[in-house]
Amino acid sequence: MADIKGTQLIHEYLRHNKKFPHVFCAGCGHGIVLGSLIRSIHGLGLAKDNVCIVAGIGCSGRLAAYVDFNTVHTTHGRALTFATGIKMAKPNMHVIVVMGDGDSMAIGGNHLIHAARRNIGVTALILNNNIYGMTGGQCSPTTPAGSYSMTTPMGQMEQSFDCVELCTAAGANYVARGSVFHVNKLDSMIMEGITNPGFGVVEILSPCFTQYGRKNKFKSPVDMYHALKSKVTPLERFNAIPEAERGERVPSGVFVKKDKPGLEEKFYEMAARCQGGE
Amino acid sequence: MARPKKKHNKEIFALGNEAVVEGALLAGCNFYAGYPITPSSEIMEIMAQRLPTIPNGAFVQMEDEIGGLGAIIGASLAGRKALTATSGPGFSLMQENLGYGCITETPLVIVNVMRGGPSTGLPTSPAQGDVQQARWGTHGDHSIIVLSASNVQECLEMTIEAFNLAEKYRTPVILLIDEITAHTREKIIIPNEDEYEVFNRTLPTMPPEWYKPYEETVRGVPPMPAIGSGYRFHVTGLTHDVNGFPTSRPDEVREFNERLFRKIDQFLPDIQLVEEIDTEDAEVAVIAYGTVARSAELAVKQARALGVKAGLLKLKTLFPYPRKATEKLMYKAKAIIVPEMNMGQISREVKRVNNGQVSVRTINKVDGQIITPAEILKVLTRI
Repeated sequence: MADIKGTQLIHEYLRHNKKFPHVFCAGCGHGIVLGSLIRSIHGLGLAKDNVCIVAGIGCSGRLAAYVDFNTVHTTHGRALTFATGIKMAKPNMHVIVVMGDGDSMAIGGNHLIHAARRNIGVTALILNNNIYGMTGGQCSPTTPAGSYSMTTPMGQMEQSFDCVELCTAAGANYVARGSVFHVNKLDSMIMEGITNPGFGVVEILSPCFTQYGRKNKFKSPVDMYHALKSKVTPLERFNAIPEAERGERVPSGVFVKKDKPGLEEKFYEMAARCQGGE
Repeated sequence: MARPKKKHNKEIFALGNEAVVEGALLAGCNFYAGYPITPSSEIMEIMAQRLPTIPNGAFVQMEDEIGGLGAIIGASLAGRKALTATSGPGFSLMQENLGYGCITETPLVIVNVMRGGPSTGLPTSPAQGDVQQARWGTHGDHSIIVLSASNVQECLEMTIEAFNLAEKYRTPVILLIDEITAHTREKIIIPNEDEYEVFNRTLPTMPPEWYKPYEETVRGVPPMPAIGSGYRFHVTGLTHDVNGFPTSRPDEVREFNERLFRKIDQFLPDIQLVEEIDTEDAEVAVIAYGTVARSAELAVKQARALGVKAGLLKLKTLFPYPRKATEKLMYKAKAIIVPEMNMGQISREVKRVNNGQVSVRTINKVDGQIITPAEILKVLTRI
């Protein structure tokens, strides 16, 4: 599988009939996520026909259109519900959902917690850039307290969601957090998320310079990547640091890994019993 | 285990909601997702029991109606025949995804068992208040197919019809029932396999690399492969070109939107289902649908006995509004009566077609009670 490298791999998976350029701004992390996703799928040796990418609305939602899989660009916040239908209809398919922070935790918050509770065999990639990018830089459920946005011109007063804690509490089978700065680790998290049964979540910290960075004292996209580099701390190291000294550090790694069967597995097992017992 | 094939039709004593399930299964429905709401819940409950027993059947209870419609869109894209059922408030929540179903041309069947409204309204009382919501509830300009049923047998038949039209025209189809029909128990006949037609969506026959998912065809309906069948294409709620990719080029946008209308509008005779009772020589005609059509049928018979030349046009398709059948009636009749359990959601369509030719009387009732035959008869005999 590892015979194709770098840009060659992109040629293998991008859609050649799609009109380019893509919508991502300079410095955006979403393209890195797309690269990571492609490497993961390629690394696992999944057939293109057997992969379905379901995306929501916003910058992250556009990601699906560029790649040569079965792709569905859904309504805002509802990607997980479409994915649930696809997975229940085609349990052998790898259904990967790509969502933003607003998509997954604001408008789609209810679907996220219930997909986790239901443990549907879908892998959710949550591209968290702490802001509503495509609509012009309004605050999101993960905009840190005190940060500036178009709708928090005096600084965010609300608390932000911790995606990992939320999904862990809701019962997801696999919960991990990575960043676009630590790509190799991200690749392995996405691969693990796809192969693990049941509902998997990978929160991916992906900077948005255009809408978040320039309002929050980052001089350039590079600054934001430097910040990621210094903030994101492997889970083991994070835990070893006393709480008072953690500061702005964000733990990264695999937080939950269970192997409970997904809803679709349980359903079809039950259905087989119903049909066999006739 | 193989069972001997029954020669005669199966008769059962069923609720309207149960008949919807029977019809759906006969039409090949093998996927249900939804959220329970009175007075439609029996449809979901029976589906939860029946679907695991049929090969490839799947059922999932979602967290809300938005999720319900989202899940059946996903399932339909993956090649299933999918159903959801709801009532007014749930139907409101589904509207955004309904528009998604229209623009992505996804076959779906949504049953709305109407209850009194607005808002939480009268949960277990009949009404016909969602007629225009079914037509115009979602945003944007679009064509849509809306059907209705007036008795339990029709619940079965119209559900089959809904699936057939959805598959034939690649579009969401809405079946409106009111609480009375949904909760009335009647004897119904379940047809034998050779007595009804089942239509399945057209699959592409060309190799995947030649396939353009939204290309114009003779019928205006592009073939539709299931996700995972080798045809990889992009599905989006954004206005898209023939390849399925977002576009804002005026020529592509216009062509696409016009095709969405055309694919339905050029087959009106196939879609606009009506039943005419005593309309041959009718001087006063009633136009009705749903349970009210049953009251109207009796009122027409009683009026005939009293010497009034009355007739009934029963609408089984509400949208696209059966204009031809209505016009035909107006050439003969002096007056049209439109009784409905709302303040005039179909009578405005009738008046639009009528355009001042004949007198149009409405009977509107919004107190959570049925319109009785006597109430219609009173108006019939006074004209």
